[in-house]
Amino acid sequence: MPETSLSNRTIDVYIRRYNPERDARPRWQRFTLAVARGMTVLDGLHRIREEQDPTVVFRYSCRMSVCGSCAMLINGRPALACNTQIADVASERLTLAPLPNFDIIKDLVPDLAPLFQKHRAVQPYIQRADMEEVEKPTGEFYQSPKELERYLQFAYCIKCGSCMAGCPTLAADPEYPGPMPLAQAYRYSADSRDSGFDERKVQAGASHGVFRCHYAGECSNVCPKGVDPARALQLMKRELVLDYLRLRRKRCPASVLRVPGEARRNPDVPAPPPYTV
Amino acid sequence: MASSTKHYPNRLGIVGWLLGGRWGLERYMYTLHRVTGLGILFYFVLHILVTSTRALGAEWWEGAMVRVGHPIFKIGEFLVFAAFVIHGLNGIRLIAIELGWAVGKAEEPVYPYRSSLHVQRPVLIGVMIVAAVFLALGGWDFLQVTH
Ligand code: HEM
Ligand code: SF4
Ligand code: FES
Repeated sequence: MPETSLSNRTIDVYIRRYNPERDARPRWQRFTLAVARGMTVLDGLHRIREEQDPTVVFRYSCRMSVCGSCAMLINGRPALACNTQIADVASERLTLAPLPNFDIIKDLVPDLAPLFQKHRAVQPYIQRADMEEVEKPTGEFYQSPKELERYLQFAYCIKCGSCMAGCPTLAADPEYPGPMPLAQAYRYSADSRDSGFDERKVQAGASHGVFRCHYAGECSNVCPKGVDPARALQLMKRELVLDYLRLRRKRCPASVLRVPGEARRNPDVPAPPPYTV
Repeated sequence: MASSTKHYPNRLGIVGWLLGGRWGLERYMYTLHRVTGLGILFYFVLHILVTSTRALGAEWWEGAMVRVGHPIFKIGEFLVFAAFVIHGLNGIRLIAIELGWAVGKAEEPVYPYRSSLHVQRPVLIGVMIVAAVFLALGGWDFLQVTH
C-alpha cells in the first residue's frame, strides 16, 4: 500500500448511516476529520463521536484485531477498523459502510447472527466416540507439530465476517454457508483429535455446500488474519471427493498422551496450578 | 435482546455476484468461467436448433445455412471458439485447485500474508498464456476462412 504522508491532515469521512426508527433506507453523511499520526479508522470514528456526532453507531471491543467486532467496508473493502491506519487507505476521502451480505442493525453495525448460526451448523468442535474424555479430561490428546500445522492457520479465524462480505457466491445465494463456516468445517475435520468428518460432511457436501465455491478467492484477499478460507474450502472439497470415491484415509482420533507413572517430581520445581477445565 | 425494530436487508444479490469485490485476478476468472460456460451452452442449443432444420427438408436447411453465413455469425463463431478455449483451459485449472493440488498446504500466517491465491497464480498465468496462443492461432484461421 502506498504510504501517504503522516503529517496532520484533514480528510472527508463519508459514513453510511441507518437508523431503523427514522430512516427508510441508509444514507451517506459527511464528516471532516483531522487525521492524527497513527490514527486507525476506529480511532477516527471515536473522534467523530466525541467531537461531532455522538449518534454514530459502530461495534468494537478489543481494538486489537482479536475480537472480530469491528469489521466494516473501508473504502469499499472489508477490513477491521481497529487494524487499518487511515493514512494507509485514504489521503482525502474515507468511506465507511457496514459489511454487506448481512442485514444492517444500525449505521455501521451488521447483524452477524446468520454467520453464527451457519457456524454452529457445521459442528465446529472436536467430536469423537469417547466424549467423556473431552468433557472430563484425564490428560492431553497427543498431537505432533505437523498435525497441528494441518489446521492451525484456519484456527486463527476471529469470525469477523469480512470474508462473508467479500464472497460473490454468498452475495447471490443466502443458503450458501459461506467461507467462514466452511473453513471451520475443514479446520475441525483436519484436526487429528477429531473424528466428526462424517457428521460435518452432510452440511459441507450439501447442494448449497462447499461445491458452490468457485474460487473467486476474495475471502482470502480480505481476511485480516491470514486464515486463507479459500484454501480450507478447496481442501474440504478434496476430502469430500476422496470420501465419495472411498479413498479417504480413515484415521483413529489421537489418544490421550499417558504421562510416565513412575516419574517423581523434582522437589525444586513447584507443582503446576490445578486444572481449570 | 429481541429487537422490535427492523433490520435493513443489505445482501448484494446478483449485482454483487457480478460487481462485488474484484480485488484479485481470480475474481474475474470466476465471472468469466460462468459467462463462457453459459455462452457455450447457448451456442450448443442454437447449434441443435439450426442443424435440426435439416429434418424439416432440404429448403429449410439451405435457408438456415444462408442465414448463418452472415458475417455476424462468423464473429459469433469466433466468440464461441474463444469461450471454449478459455473455459476449457480455466476448467483444468479449477479442477487442479478444487482437488487441492494447486492451493498448497496450510501454513502459519505471517504478515504480509501469502495465500493459496499466490500458490495457484503461476497456473493461472500459464492458462492465460496458452489461451492467448490458441486465440491467436484461431483468430488467424478465422481471418483466412472469412477472406
Ligand atoms: C474442455 C471442456 C470443458 C472443461 C474442462 C470444463 C470444465 C468446467 C469446470 C471444472 C467447471 C466447474 C467450475 C467450478 O467449479 O468453479 C465448469 C462449469 C461449467 N461449465 Fe464447463 N467445461 C468444459 C466444457 C463445457 C461446455 C462444452 C459447456 C457448455 C455446454 C460448459 C458449461 C459450463 C457451465 C454452464 C458451467 C457452470 C459455471 C459455473 O457454475 O460457474 N462447459 N466447467
Ligand atoms: S476467515 Fe478471516 S475474514 Fe473470515 S471470519 Fe475468519 S478472520 Fe474474518
Ligand atoms: S475491535 Fe476487536 S477486532 Fe477490531
